Amino acid sequence: MDLDSLYQEIILDHYKHPHHAGLRDPYEAEVHHVNPTCGDELTLRVHLADGVVSDVSYDAMGCSISQASASVMADLLIGKDVDEAMSIHQTFLELMQGKGQVEPDEDVLGDGIAFAGVAKFPARVKCALLSWMAWKDATAQSLEKEKA
Amino acid sequence: MSIPGLLPELEVIRKDFPILERVLDGGRPLVYLDSANTSQKPQVVIDTMVDHLEHHNANVARAMHQLGAESSEAFEAARDKVAAFIKAPSRDEVIFTKNATEALNLVANTLAWRGDLQVGEGDEVVITEMEHHSNIVPWQLLTERTGATLRWFGLTDDGRLDLSDIDELITERTKVVSLAWVSNMLGTINPVREIADRAHQVGAIVVVDASQAAPQLPVDVVASGADVLVFTGHKVVGPTGIGVLWGRREVLEALPPFHGGGEMIETVRMERSTYAGIPHKFEAGTPPIVEAVGLGAAVDYLGHVGMDAIHAHEQAITAYALEGLRTVPGLTVMGPLDAASRGGAISFEITGVHPHDVAQVLDSRGIAVRAGHHCAKPAHARFGVQSSTRMSSYLYTTPAEIDALVDGLNYTRSYFKLGE
Repeated sequence: MDLDSLYQEIILDHYKHPHHAGLRDPYEAEVHHVNPTCGDELTLRVHLADGVVSDVSYDAMGCSISQASASVMADLLIGKDVDEAMSIHQTFLELMQGKGQVEPDEDVLGDGIAFAGVAKFPARVKCALLSWMAWKDATAQSLEKEKA
Repeated sequence: MSIPGLLPELEVIRKDFPILERVLDGGRPLVYLDSANTSQKPQVVIDTMVDHLEHHNANVARAMHQLGAESSEAFEAARDKVAAFIKAPSRDEVIFTKNATEALNLVANTLAWRGDLQVGEGDEVVITEMEHHSNIVPWQLLTERTGATLRWFGLTDDGRLDLSDIDELITERTKVVSLAWVSNMLGTINPVREIADRAHQVGAIVVVDASQAAPQLPVDVVASGADVLVFTGHKVVGPTGIGVLWGRREVLEALPPFHGGGEMIETVRMERSTYAGIPHKFEAGTPPIVEAVGLGAAVDYLGHVGMDAIHAHEQAITAYALEGLRTVPGLTVMGPLDAASRGGAISFEITGVHPHDVAQVLDSRGIAVRAGHHCAKPAHARFGVQSSTRMSSYLYTTPAEIDALVDGLNYTRSYFKLGE
């Protein structure tokens, strides 16, 4: 396996200098997700305002892939309409589950395309998805609260 | 290169393990340093299992034909071999289970039921902070179900059991003390006998998880002080799907059955049944037959090499590895730093690189290690870390493989652009 296809320069940059890290107020939902096989942990908060993802903040402990993924995700989703963010989420999910056969769309995924190589390493896919699954969970909870 | 204590015929031993010839993708030779996770299998174990399936396969103890007799004989012969391997006073005290986890659950579960050893409200069970999850969760289940209290030994900063409060922990209320002989994460060899003696003074039974000890230390169940001792087949060069529970006859006879079904009965009527004696009382259903036969061949193989010689080899390799790991900048070993008081599993962390990433880079060089919490989350939490990288050697490990690991770790640091 080609190590450089997994550890793209963009991933290592985000790992060393994560964007939007730290937990912030205000938020409607906070979730705590863990990867039981490896112990990676993530606390993530979502703040929605007028149908827009106005903040995603997080505190993550984990490997370079999971940390960089949280950083890239926050970059991508903050400021987007919830519907658009959900659609980006779906596109990233398809990329990760594509076993390396899916051509990533840079217009949609931005730095997220760097994770295309991760899809070829089945053991690492769940590292890349940890923060995305947490975001979806937190966003769903926020939306429910809005309704209630 | 040779260092004192290595097995004299190491190259011959390596030839017994066909997988060590394996070349991985990209032409990389395998450097297998994950034996505490599962050991590799010698040809004799593989051949014995194939021979059994090809020529002797039948169910045991219930087939009135020649193959049935041959299969039963091979299965029971495996019990004799295991009994000899652990110096059990009686072959009937050797119970075959699925693995060490099932063996521990068998004990923790049956202690909840009515009987001489029943654990109930007001009673205490003592474990340690360095246990594998399989020696924590079953006791949590037992104490939660019965209203008993779970207590545990803490750890010292150098990864040993903190015995300073042993007299407060093991008291008249203690019914069970359960501990690992050798830690799967810290490598520490625990003073089982000393703790067992204290436990016996208060009438508690002692359960020993020998999953990491049986592969590398000579085991004498009686001398160990254990009342119950468990280990798994796949870490002693045997197959998966087979574990061993040894117990003193009086303890096994006092425990009620675990699984109900065929083979564990004396007679069955619709109102109630009576049970077989040990070992069959605890072996309901068709057992893992070929796995037991394979395990018999495995412990025979280890006995032939000699457990004292294997232990000396492990200590030599462990000392060499500790020395090599010390040269890697930013690397911290968790657990005792002298090879004499530890087993061959060495967990460590490297500042600035997550264990997953360490393992991934090492894998790209053909080096297999484990990364994560090694099913010992509390022990990791004790040292303020979430996970670690673990190398673990065995009787086939060479100093050159340790050199490859150290080179790989230095490469990992440079790959992640960490300075000196």
